[in-house]
Amino acid sequence: MTRTSLISVVLALIISFAGTVGAHSACEDPLGCVELGADDPIVIGAMLVVSGANSPLGLDSQGGVELAIDARAGMLLGREIELVVEDSLCSAEGGQAAAQRLAADPSVIGIIGTSCSSAAQGALPIVSGAGMLMIAPSNTSPSLTSDDTETGGAHLPGYFRTSPNDLIRSAKTAEYAIKILGARSVATVHDGDPYTEGAVRVMAQRFAELGGDVVFQGAVNKGDTDMTAILTEIAASQPDIVYFPLFEPESNFFAAQAATTPGMEEALMMTAAANFVEAFPENTGTAAIGMYMTGPLIGGDAYEAFLATWLDEFGESPPGGYHAHAYDAANILLDAIEASAMTSDDGDLSIGRGALRDAVHAVEDYPGLTGSLTCFDDSPYAGDCGSLTSMAIFLITEAEVYDDNWPPPVVWNFAIDSFEDA
Amino acid sequence: MFRNKSGEFSWVDFTIDVLRVLIVLAVVVGAWNTLSSGRISLAQWVNLLAAGLSQGSIYALIALGYTLVYGILLMINFAHGEVFMAGAFSAFFLAEALNRTGFLNEQPLLAILLMIMFAGLVSMTVAVLVERIAYRPLRGSPRLVPLITAIGASFFLQYAFRGLYGSNFKAYPQVRALQGALQIGDISIPVTQIFVFCSALVLMFGLHWLVERTRIGKAMRAVSENKEVARLMGIDIDWVILFTFGVGGFLAGSAGVINGLFRPQGVNFYMGFIPGIKAFTAAVLGGIGNIPGAMLGGLFLGVIEAIGPNLVLAGLGIPGANQLKDVIAFTMLVLVLIFRPQGILGERLSETKA
Repeated sequence: MTRTSLISVVLALIISFAGTVGAHSACEDPLGCVELGADDPIVIGAMLVVSGANSPLGLDSQGGVELAIDARAGMLLGREIELVVEDSLCSAEGGQAAAQRLAADPSVIGIIGTSCSSAAQGALPIVSGAGMLMIAPSNTSPSLTSDDTETGGAHLPGYFRTSPNDLIRSAKTAEYAIKILGARSVATVHDGDPYTEGAVRVMAQRFAELGGDVVFQGAVNKGDTDMTAILTEIAASQPDIVYFPLFEPESNFFAAQAATTPGMEEALMMTAAANFVEAFPENTGTAAIGMYMTGPLIGGDAYEAFLATWLDEFGESPPGGYHAHAYDAANILLDAIEASAMTSDDGDLSIGRGALRDAVHAVEDYPGLTGSLTCFDDSPYAGDCGSLTSMAIFLITEAEVYDDNWPPPVVWNFAIDSFEDA
Repeated sequence: MFRNKSGEFSWVDFTIDVLRVLIVLAVVVGAWNTLSSGRISLAQWVNLLAAGLSQGSIYALIALGYTLVYGILLMINFAHGEVFMAGAFSAFFLAEALNRTGFLNEQPLLAILLMIMFAGLVSMTVAVLVERIAYRPLRGSPRLVPLITAIGASFFLQYAFRGLYGSNFKAYPQVRALQGALQIGDISIPVTQIFVFCSALVLMFGLHWLVERTRIGKAMRAVSENKEVARLMGIDIDWVILFTFGVGGFLAGSAGVINGLFRPQGVNFYMGFIPGIKAFTAAVLGGIGNIPGAMLGGLFLGVIEAIGPNLVLAGLGIPGANQLKDVIAFTMLVLVLIFRPQGILGERLSETKA
């Protein structure tokens, strides 16, 4: 065989092989497909805050995702499930960087995350633009599921969450403050983060609708350690209750210094779910005693079994309140992958990115650990899949500060207690 | 008026004088509006003042490190904030251990003294190592070279400690003996703040005694005055410079523990950056190279930061005044550089340096 003939035969073989591959990867999904060979794993990404002050929030969710994978013995569609975790921090820049890394990997099928709403705002344009989807376990900012750009709506296709929307939770917080605690005036403090801004806006609006006075609305900077100036202003406005849905460590500084600010002795203090982590009372100290906080409340036999598995696996109780939401998010994603995957005769797998989104949109009455989940399509709840009843208001006691008790006792269960009865 | 040395009208002098008048006017109007509104009570003003003095005394302790090094080497050691962090972060683990064993609450004074000594020694070691490894080889180079090296050393220390202790925030345990407040009528001052202020004063007087009354202090002053003549007099100037870095480091480490008592939360590898910048501002405010100036500058900055937003900015109707605390601090720096570049007490330099 001459050299020219040999080259021709090799080229013909390459072309025919490429043709075969091409025939198998004919993807008709408008958003593209993830093509997996017979031995390739199912890769899912996670964008969570796993370092810094807010890491308990992300590590809590990461544990939930890992247990969801373990519950399937680490396998889906006969393949190993591989989890790639990127640190999205608790900032838009962190979310953007994590999303860029995951979007650059064509084997990543779907993403769990982010932990913080600010990180989601940075990540979502990249994830959505790449035709991917993300299911957040602990974002609560109303802006992420709203199309109304005038009020900061930033929803994009491909965004889902299993956590509750602050449109509902912060409104309920205002009702609790007025109807149960008897507060007539409120001071609100945010830190510029979309989650904290959204939470105080909804709370203040509902508080005013119910006839209360919003006597102070202010903000602190991320990184502030000295809160005496704002606390003095708040004390001068004499609110019955202070609502500060900040993140750690600013929330720790704020709460600790409020306890030593003259004029703040009588004011009730209420924070929100970003601080629903075991470390919050410990880091805040005695000033945390008597403080209210909203947070997720999960119950039932399935959840008890989940907690027992968690203890076996990690040797301690979950550090935050969104592990069950992350577990549900991972299960929704894995089930959607199963529903939208197409297997060829030779065992290759094709998962259409658009079909995957449709499968999550189709979730209805999904039996999750956090309750019955249904994903909504329309603004202001576009992509909201969270159960509306798995929330509560907790009261921090000495046991959480001195004896490492967690979670704190529930004083109001949104699923059972009714403001009409109060 | 508004004329330069050659007698011509000077727009620069005119603008600076107009700026002076506007600033004074803004401060007076803002303060008048706030005080006349009676929105903030006397007890609250005293509380702000006490918090400002406590914060200021921590700035002052760190600022002393900047000023000591500047006085002797004419160099700004931008890694000094990280020297503060090294002590504060390391002593956190000792504080945790002392708290777990119950020693912190059984013998609070002894425990705090132990923590201060430990943090001081860690910071002193870091400061001395930085001087020996990063700065000494560059002595005699143009002044910009060690300055850039200091910024590099600062980043190196931040990420070295991140690798060593992790990136999670920690919180110092609360000392029960320091809980509560001193009550005088309506006015209440937290015991922690009194303790912080007094501890800082003791350390500052200790430094004053060291510099003014001891043999090594005399050597420091001599090296600061003229290195070559000091060498001819038999002083080992390398040792004196190393000692100066060590003293500055010890004060910064002590400030780390005192800061942990005052603001227990937020201990992490990045915690030295902002206090470092603020302390540098305080050193410039007081007159860099001037030890009493650094003390005064620190206290002044702390008080201005605490009182300024509510007294002046809120009175001028500026929304979110508390968020502009840092703006006040750095505006003060700019104003001092414009109107009194030598600082409040004046830059203390030898004639040969000046």
